[in-house]
Amino acid sequence: MENIHACLRLEWPGFCLDVDLHLPLRGVTALFGPSGSGKTTLLRCIAGLERAPQGRVTVGGEIWQDAHHWVPTHKRPLGYVFQEASLFTHLTVLGNLNYGLRRISTAARISVEHSIELLGISRLLNRKPDRLSGGERQRVAIARALAVNPRLLLMDEPLAALDLKRKQEILPYLDRLHDELKIPVLYVSHAPDEVARLADHLVVMETGRVLIDGPLAETLARLDLPIHLGEDIGTIIETTVSAVDKEWHLMRVDFPGGHLWARDSGVSVGHKVRVRVLARDVSLADHLGHSSIQNVLSGIVDAIGDDEHPGLALVRVKVGVAMLVARLTKRAAFSLELRVGKEVWVQVKSVALLE
Amino acid sequence: MVLCCPANPRATKGGTSPNEHALDKRDMLLSDSDLLALWLSLRLAGTVTLVLLLVGTPIAWWLARTRGWWKGPIGAVVALPLVLPPSVLGFYLLVAMGPNGPIGRFTQTLGLGLLPFTFWGLVAASVFYSLPFMVQPLQTAFEAIGDRPLEVAATLRASPFDAFLTVAAPLALPGFVTASILTFAHTMGEFGVVLLIGGNLEGITRVASVKIYDHVEALEYSEAHRLAAVMLIFSFLVLLAVYAWRPNPKKGT
Repeated sequence: MENIHACLRLEWPGFCLDVDLHLPLRGVTALFGPSGSGKTTLLRCIAGLERAPQGRVTVGGEIWQDAHHWVPTHKRPLGYVFQEASLFTHLTVLGNLNYGLRRISTAARISVEHSIELLGISRLLNRKPDRLSGGERQRVAIARALAVNPRLLLMDEPLAALDLKRKQEILPYLDRLHDELKIPVLYVSHAPDEVARLADHLVVMETGRVLIDGPLAETLARLDLPIHLGEDIGTIIETTVSAVDKEWHLMRVDFPGGHLWARDSGVSVGHKVRVRVLARDVSLADHLGHSSIQNVLSGIVDAIGDDEHPGLALVRVKVGVAMLVARLTKRAAFSLELRVGKEVWVQVKSVALLE
Repeated sequence: MVLCCPANPRATKGGTSPNEHALDKRDMLLSDSDLLALWLSLRLAGTVTLVLLLVGTPIAWWLARTRGWWKGPIGAVVALPLVLPPSVLGFYLLVAMGPNGPIGRFTQTLGLGLLPFTFWGLVAASVFYSLPFMVQPLQTAFEAIGDRPLEVAATLRASPFDAFLTVAAPLALPGFVTASILTFAHTMGEFGVVLLIGGNLEGITRVASVKIYDHVEALEYSEAHRLAAVMLIFSFLVLLAVYAWRPNPKKGT
């Protein structure tokens, strides 16, 4: 069975990790939760950097830890990116990249040039880490982890130590990683926007336990998410760019059962893009009027739930294959006579492209 | 305090050295006997530094990494020579290395004879005496590295020993340099332990510090002055090297 099984129990004073997870061994799985929720500890246990006395970790059928086996970290075929780049300061960038490469069998070696190219660090190879910017350091750290040709890549909040600008600098490289490499990734994050952009599968953790575990789009569309997302409540849709309106600087993205217009970001026609629609940007209507909102879709109410504020409701609407969540006042939901199965017009004010 | 004018070396009389004539010939220089003592000091300090690099490094590594309760007692034992009078340490070592002491019996069983009053006896005693000067700077350097670089090395397929050699040791290089210099210099300056364990045998255990003592005892103040000056300048240069040798401040990684 091609999956990751992590059944771990670890008790520290004031903290207890207790999980039993089966995760897909493909795509990006986000471990999401507030700080102190145990997501980093879980990642460290999977890497063997932390030892849960009673535990079981198997990756693609290979036992990394159980009652009778303990594979030390340096014998686990993984790559690990820490929150701080943690480059070896006594080595150059190339020395850092070659460190792991020299320690794997020749047969397992892939071209390190590919990692260098993928992360755009070819100009930095002869520099020492203290001559790099924060973003460059983190890109080198990611390339270094990839250079050992890991079966599983573990990333512990690789962007958390960076400011917004550096984050924006690295995210496109992470997208490329996601699109071009077949290496499964476990990605720890507490930033909803990163998760929405990068993940395929979502695990939500709190106080050492798993609250939710499921495919990202499906999970984000749940109205009973037991975590506080506030303004970040929203859904994602996988789309394809189908047309560009040069005159109005807009582009059309299609998904089975509908399409949306978004600001033209320069992505060429035919490319796949993931878009994110936040619940606060979606409104519902029972008849079509003239309005400034360009995206009006026909959908069917799928579920109605409570929002955090007693005056607000979350309404999930199915449009083709996509799910959209709208945040409305309960009074609006009442006056529209919303109920599951009712046809409504869905107005989407803003669409965020997650390239 | 010894206050005296440097006497004319030509006028010096008496003394135990058979190298009086050499002294006469080389006006204002150190006698062959002094040079022999200096050379012995250097040889002793060099040997002890090498031995302690091998012995002290694992101890420092263990002290820096362990979280066990043994850390406290072992750390205290390692630091003991810092506060113990050298005569106390020398006395215990002399007893232990003597014919009825545990170390003495052991060396006799091995057919090595007894260690006191030999060069290797001095080496063994100095290893104990200078242990904190090697271990403490190394321990500080290892602790400063932290866990992270070693964890990174592990995720890059390096075994713990491999990671020590290729990551911890290069990162702790300033610590190794400081520890080696301090150990070397401290062994050069040793006196009490040497006198108790080694006695005062020309060419075998009569190191520079003992030689100065001899000179003073024989009222050869000018000879004592010269050898003392050599030691003073040496010590100053060594400490200057330690304090001037500042590695580039590490930026965040």
